[in-house]
Amino acid sequence: MIETVAGFMLIGCMARTDLRLIVEQLAVSRGGRPIVSDVSFELHSGQGMVITGPNGSGKSTLLRALAGFLPVDSGSVRLAPLDEPVWARAQFLSVANAMKGALTVGENLTFHQAFGGAPALSVVDALARLDLAHVLDNRFGDLSTGQRRRVALARLLLNDRPIWLIDEPTSGLDRFSEARFVEIIKEHLDGGGIVVAATHLPIDIAGLRSLRFEEEVA
Amino acid sequence: MIALITRDLRLGLRSGGSGLIGVLFFLSVVAVTPFAIGPDLNLLARIGPAILWIGALLACLLGLDRLFQIDVEDGSLDILVLARFDQPLALTVFAKCVAHWIITGLPLVLAAPLFGILLNMPLAATVATTATLLVGTPAITFIGAIGAAVTVTLPRGGLLVSVIVLPFVIPVLIFGVQAAYGAVTDPAPFLQPFLLLSAISLFFSVLGPFVAGYAIKLAEG
Repeated sequence: MIETVAGFMLIGCMARTDLRLIVEQLAVSRGGRPIVSDVSFELHSGQGMVITGPNGSGKSTLLRALAGFLPVDSGSVRLAPLDEPVWARAQFLSVANAMKGALTVGENLTFHQAFGGAPALSVVDALARLDLAHVLDNRFGDLSTGQRRRVALARLLLNDRPIWLIDEPTSGLDRFSEARFVEIIKEHLDGGGIVVAATHLPIDIAGLRSLRFEEEVA
Repeated sequence: MIALITRDLRLGLRSGGSGLIGVLFFLSVVAVTPFAIGPDLNLLARIGPAILWIGALLACLLGLDRLFQIDVEDGSLDILVLARFDQPLALTVFAKCVAHWIITGLPLVLAAPLFGILLNMPLAATVATTATLLVGTPAITFIGAIGAAVTVTLPRGGLLVSVIVLPFVIPVLIFGVQAAYGAVTDPAPFLQPFLLLSAISLFFSVLGPFVAGYAIKLAEG
């Protein structure tokens, strides 16, 4: 019996540590215009990648394609060794916060935890990680811009999904919160996660890869 | 799915008004009709079910455009679409439709008996109309979900949704009114149109979410 449990745990750990996000020759277009072309990279569990580049160079498009929102023109996005699409294991954070202003912070986050499945941190703990425990019962619409963004970041911690696809995660945040979020990313990577972030924030993490889009797409 | 229904119900009650506005619109249609037709009580009683149905139908169409629009605006739709591996989009749309109907459709059904009095309708006709509205209005929501999904990327899709959806809900109106008449006028049947109406609701409770889910997936791209 004990062996069986240990065996299951081993399988669980293997699945977590062995995850590979493989992108090969990816090309994506929007509205008939090619935006992203010939992008290839491979990220293992514990690896993060920062996408930089000027506005309109295709950072968000790449993230949306990875999340499976946009059809891929050519190339592939795979999640080895699982036979599942990336979005089955991904958290996605766009520039919008995906929260309802009329509901309280707690209600919003409780919904996301229940809807996303595979609960990880509790709502209260996730908020505490971003120093927001005190806004639990406030209406989301009453918060400041930076607080709203932090609540949206707290959402990432609610569900056990190893791949984070995040677009400008720290827009509107102060220095202190930025540093706090870098810590959270670091912990996520240490725990075997994969992070792909479009951000200009200097993230000081060893082994972080970077992808730079050079020019604006005409 | 339960979480989504709970959230949308909360939202509907909290942000307030969407259900009430529908009822007020319904009331204004019902209240205006006697002015246009004239104060002939018998005539009003006879056309009562039709008036109630037209009013409820238009009131249902009124709020449809908000079905997915609110989720597009704040980015929630991304999250709903992202979860489609564990939670198929058709189920997600179904849950949203259920919540939407409870917020906007159910108040109309509950208000119908009261408005029946305004039209001098006999009790049997009022009860029958209310029953047909109860089984018929969900069909409007499910068919409307398709229209709302197709127009989800348009910034001002509101009126367009109604125009797109209206032709497809005509059968609902026909069978709804027929069943209501059947309950009070003798040779006309009640059961057959009522069952057909129920069948339409059941059919579109399956087809609507599937098609709307597919449209939403395309719209995300």
